[in-house]
Amino acid sequence: MIEFIADKYNFWIAIVLMMIGFYAIIAKHNLVKKVIGLNIFQTSVFLFYISISKVNGGTAPIIWHPEGHAEVVYDNPLPHVLILTAIVVSVSVTAVALGIIVKLYKNYGSIEDDEIKLIEHNEPELDSK
Amino acid sequence: MIDFFTTHAPVLTIVVFIFGALLAPVFGRINNSLSYYCALITTALSFVLSVYLLFSVYNNAPLEYLLGGWKPPYGIEYRVDILNSFILSVVSFVSFLSVIYGYGSIKSEIYEKRHPAFYSVYLLFIGGMMGILITNDIFNMYVFLEITSLAGYALIAMGRTRYSYMASFNYLILGSVGATFFLIGIGYLYMQTGTLNLTDLAQRLQGHFDTNVVLVAIAFIVVGLMLKMAVFPLHFWLPDAYTYSPSVISAAMAGTSTKVAAYLLIRLMYTIFGIQAGFSGINFSGIIIVIASITILAGSIIAISQTDLKKMLAFSSIGQIGYILIGTAMVNKYAFAGGLLHILNHAMMKTALFMVAGGFFYKFTSTKINDLKGMGRQMPFASAMFLILSLSMVGIPLTVGFISKWYIILGAAQSGYWIVVPVILLSSLLTAIYFGRVVHNLFFKDSEASNTGILHAKIPYSMVSSTAVLVFLCIFFGVFAYMPVEISLKAAENIIGAMPWK
Repeated sequence: MIEFIADKYNFWIAIVLMMIGFYAIIAKHNLVKKVIGLNIFQTSVFLFYISISKVNGGTAPIIWHPEGHAEVVYDNPLPHVLILTAIVVSVSVTAVALGIIVKLYKNYGSIEDDEIKLIEHNEPELDSK
Repeated sequence: MIDFFTTHAPVLTIVVFIFGALLAPVFGRINNSLSYYCALITTALSFVLSVYLLFSVYNNAPLEYLLGGWKPPYGIEYRVDILNSFILSVVSFVSFLSVIYGYGSIKSEIYEKRHPAFYSVYLLFIGGMMGILITNDIFNMYVFLEITSLAGYALIAMGRTRYSYMASFNYLILGSVGATFFLIGIGYLYMQTGTLNLTDLAQRLQGHFDTNVVLVAIAFIVVGLMLKMAVFPLHFWLPDAYTYSPSVISAAMAGTSTKVAAYLLIRLMYTIFGIQAGFSGINFSGIIIVIASITILAGSIIAISQTDLKKMLAFSSIGQIGYILIGTAMVNKYAFAGGLLHILNHAMMKTALFMVAGGFFYKFTSTKINDLKGMGRQMPFASAMFLILSLSMVGIPLTVGFISKWYIILGAAQSGYWIVVPVILLSSLLTAIYFGRVVHNLFFKDSEASNTGILHAKIPYSMVSSTAVLVFLCIFFGVFAYMPVEISLKAAENIIGAMPWK
């Protein structure tokens, strides 16, 4: 049992981080905290991708011996490249989310989603700023 | 010149959108209306290219386009067959008509100085969807999915009310969670096979369906895409997003974005998950059919209790996405064709309905169903169009709604999923109830004093004409249904015949 957990520790880290992020997205009322949760959630997936690209005994995917006489095992570089793209996406999602939060604060004077719903319920249909 | 367009047509359908999105704000510096013409020309060009692609793959073999000349498993490949070129044409046509519609409506709904940015983001939104449809690389699909989603969040936030920001934020959180689930699924598939090209994935996954890795991948991808599609228990972002966005965006989104997510699931179900064969004792199509049935009934029932016209149409959209899923999950040629036809038909009907709702909003700044009393006399043409579209939604013969329901029921009878038949008939009845309520208010009630606050006396020509084109097509393709039916039957044959039957 211990070995089973220890062997797959990269998956456990990804799962724990993912659940922390997911909890923040679901349970927190503060919108910025939700965005932080989303970031943790996405980071867990990035770590998962990076960890599966590791090859036993592998080294960084740079050609160490151009002449090609030594046998070198390389890690798989493709997941790293994919995650580079996914990180860009994650950063832009965060930027858009924070932009929307600024607008919400200007309009409602609050960034708690339950307070915003209450304000909207009491005095709806005002033009946005 | 023509040669250049024909050989590079697959990639040009996306490149025109990226160029358009860059040029629209530049032209907007000179004059706002120039950015409108930029969006109009871009979407028109992409529609011409999509129709060219559709006819070329209908008559010949599927097209393969290698980006940069790299061979498929290493480079990114664009692959056009009948299924995706059909949906490409639908999406580009709806987006083209929405641009025309927007010429009249966004002047009253979006601040003048935001117009160039609006067109730029709108073109990115459509371009991302074209990318999802045309690419044959699963990670490329994820990137395009995020492009279209990010543009979608920005477009919803441009709505007139301040709650638009909250609607956009909720969609952002749920949409990102869905897309991240999709990313995890891709990671597991890559772990098992070491490839991202769909054709290559399909070959390498043969015989690996019993492994837990592939099952987890399928679970994550299906749940993530169902979030994007707003299937019933995961639909919470959609009603607010459609209600509080500008009318033109409600119309364009209702016709395109959830359909494209549905296409993604259909493509993955058939090419790599092998829904035809079934795996490790799990009845995959049975699960999807049960979820889709619940979606159809729940969407229709919740729609009955709505007081806002746009929100009612949004819940109706949730129900209608179930038809597309139910038809395509049955692994039957006729049902698949019915589901595919419903993508076209629902895109036309729901886009036109949101356009009519936008027309009511333009004239009276209200879409509450109670405020629409007696509107049949004040806006006879718009109300008549609404009536035709309602009949089409219910599925009266001679309208497009009938054609797709007919084929889905035919396929259900053939493949033995009898439970689908009462679900579809019951849902037609529920549709009749909630549209009947609106039609009753429109034609059979006297207008009240409270709703006389007329904002604009006359609805612009652009809004009326684009809606009228869609209403005309609803009837035209309902009577002369040969062309779409033949195309979708051939697409169904190609997709289902590609793999062994169970």
